[in-house]
Amino acid sequence: MANTLPRTALKGRSQSANDKLASGLGWFSIALGAAELFAPRALCRWLGMEGHENLIRAYGVREVATGVAILGSHDPQPWIWGRVGGDGLDLATLATGLHGDNPRKGNVMVAMAAVAGVTAIDVLCANGLTAEKGGPATAIADYSDRSGFPRGVEASRGLALDVQPQNRLTTPETQRAFPHAST
Amino acid sequence: MKALVWHGTQDIRCDSVPDPEIEDPRDAIIKVTSCAICGSDLHLYDHFMPGMQKGDILGHETMGEVVEVGSAAKGALKVGDRVVIPFTIFCGECDQCKRGFYSVCERSNRNKAIADKVFGHSTAGLFGYSHLTGGYPGGQAEYLRVPFADKTHIKVPKGIPDEKLLFLSDIFPTGWQAAVQCEIEPNDTVAIWGAGPVGQMAVRSAVLLGAKQVVCIDRLPERLSMAAAGGAITINFEEESVVERLNELTGGKGPEKCIDCVGLEAHSTSTLDAMYDRAKQAMFLETDRPHVLREMIYVCRPAGVLSIPGVYGGLLDKIPFGAAMNKGLTFRMGQTHVNRWTDDLLRRIEEGQIDPSFVITHKVGLEDGPEMYKVFRDKQDGCIKVFIQP
Ligand SMILES: NC(=O)c1ccc[n+]([C@@H]2O[C@H](COP(=O)([O-])OP(=O)(O)OC[C@H]3O[C@@H](n4cnc5c(N)ncnc54)[C@H](O)[C@@H]3O)[C@@H](O)[C@H]2O)c1
Ligand SMILES: [Zn+2]
Ligand SMILES: [Zn+2]
Repeated sequence: MANTLPRTALKGRSQSANDKLASGLGWFSIALGAAELFAPRALCRWLGMEGHENLIRAYGVREVATGVAILGSHDPQPWIWGRVGGDGLDLATLATGLHGDNPRKGNVMVAMAAVAGVTAIDVLCANGLTAEKGGPATAIADYSDRSGFPRGVEASRGLALDVQPQNRLTTPETQRAFPHAST
Repeated sequence: MKALVWHGTQDIRCDSVPDPEIEDPRDAIIKVTSCAICGSDLHLYDHFMPGMQKGDILGHETMGEVVEVGSAAKGALKVGDRVVIPFTIFCGECDQCKRGFYSVCERSNRNKAIADKVFGHSTAGLFGYSHLTGGYPGGQAEYLRVPFADKTHIKVPKGIPDEKLLFLSDIFPTGWQAAVQCEIEPNDTVAIWGAGPVGQMAVRSAVLLGAKQVVCIDRLPERLSMAAAGGAITINFEEESVVERLNELTGGKGPEKCIDCVGLEAHSTSTLDAMYDRAKQAMFLETDRPHVLREMIYVCRPAGVLSIPGVYGGLLDKIPFGAAMNKGLTFRMGQTHVNRWTDDLLRRIEEGQIDPSFVITHKVGLEDGPEMYKVFRDKQDGCIKVFIQP
C-alpha cells in the first residue's frame, strides 16, 4: 500500500513545503493587491505609466481575491495556477511601459524582473502541488467486494430486529405512527 | 512517546512528547495497539472547530492494552486487559449517564465553564477534540491516559483482531445510533448523505435494522462502490439531482428517514446556496456549510425523521425551518452515546453479523499519520479509513 501513496508531505508532518510556499504566496498576493488598490497613483508614477490607475486597481482586486482563495481553500493548487496567469497579465501590461519615451523605463524593467522572479516561484509551487496530488490514477479504487456482511447483504437484512427496547432511542408516544400503519 | 500533535491549521506533526501519567485515582493508562483518523479530526485539521491549542494531541478512536490502573479503577480494570476506548469520556454516575446519555455526561468535561457559556450547558469530555470538550490528550499516540477509566472503556476478548474491534470506539456505534434513532420500519427508505466511514456504517446498520431500501449519496465513485457493496442504491450528487432521484425511488413521496453523515464541511457543485455559504464562511458570518441539512429538510417525507450524526460547530444560515415545522419533521442528533450500544454491537461482531474492518483502506505507522491526514482529507488514493498501528 505504502508505495502507491502520493508523497504529500515531509515525513512526520501534514504540511508539505509546497503548502507552506502556497500560503506565503497567498499573503504576498494580498499585500501586493492592497498596494495596488490603495496606492495606484504612486505606483503608476514610479513606473512612468500614468493613466493606468484604474487598471492597476482592478489588478489589486484580482490579487487580493486570489490571495484570499489560496489561504482559504482546501486545495490552493488551481489558485496558484491562477496566479501564474495573473503574472502573465502583469508582464504584458508592464511591457507597454517599455517604449522609448518613458523616462522611467529602468523602473519598469526592475518591476518586470521582479514579476518574472515571482512567476518562477509560482510555477514551481503549482507544479509541486500538482505532483503531490498523485494524479487521477490514485483516486480510482473499486470497493464493490467490501460488503462488511460475512453472510451477504440479503441474509443480513433485518438481523438486528432483535435489538432490545432499552437499546432504542424512541420517539415520544404522541409522535409515533399507529402500529398497524407501519407494515 | 510519539504522538500526532496539532500545530495549527492543516499542520499536524508526529512529535516526541512526555508519556502520560496517572493524574486521578480513576485514571488508567493504555498502550495503544491501534488507532484511526476520523472525519471529525478533519474538522480540527481544517480548524473549523474552535478551542484547539498548539500542542494538543489528536485522536479519539483508540484501543490497546491496559498498562497502569489508578487505585479507584482497580475493581473494573486490571493490567493486561484488552480495551477499546470510546471517544466520549463518561462518569457513569451523573443524571445523564444514569439515563444512558453518555455523550452529555455532566461531569467528564473539565472545561465545563467554557462549554456552559458556548452551548448553554456543557457536554461530555472527549478525547483529542478541543478544549471545549475538556482538552484531553487524544489517542493517536503510543500511550493514552483514560480519565474515568473504570467506566470509559469497552472490554474486548483476545482472539479477535484489532481491525474488527477498533471501530467500536466511534464510527460503528455512530452509524448505528444514527440508524437506530430513525426508528426504521420495514417499509422505510433510508437516505444517507455521505459515504465516508460514518455513512458506510450507517448503511450497514440500516440494512441490519431491516430497512427495505437504503440510498447513499456522495460524489466519490470509490466510496459509492463501497456503499453499494453494503446494499445501498447510490446517487452521485455531481452527476444527478439528489432530490429528483430520491423522489423517483420513493414513488414521489420522499424518503421517510434521512441521515446526515457529512456535517459542517459539506461540498456542493454549483448550487446557489453553496456559493452563498462559501462566501459567508469566508467573511466569518457563518461557521458551517449546512447544504446537506437543507436538502434533507426539503426532500424528507412529511412526518419523517432527520438523524444528524454529522458534526456542526456553530451558526447555520438559511435553514428552511418553515418547511421542517410544517412538515412535522423529527430531528434526532448528537455525539454518540458510545457505550450504550457497544455490548450489543460487540456481540454482533462476535456472531459474524458484521465485520467492520471492511472500511479500512490504508494501514500505516504513526510516523505516516500526518501525511495520511492530508490523503484522507483530500480523498486521494481511494482513501476511506486510515488504520494506524503505533
Ligand atoms: N455524532 C458523532 O458522534 C460523530 C462521530 C464520528 C463522526 N462524526 C461526523 O460524521 C461526519 C462524517 O464523518 P466521516 O468520518 O464519514 O467523514 P468523511 O469526511 O470521510 O465523510 C464525509 C463524506 O461526505 C461526502 N459529502 C460531502 N458533501 C456532500 C454532499 N453535499 N452530499 C453528500 N455527501 C457529501 C464527502 O464526499 C465524504 O465522502 C463528520 O462530520 C464527522 O465529524 C460524528
Ligand atoms: Zn470521530
Ligand atoms: Zn456522567
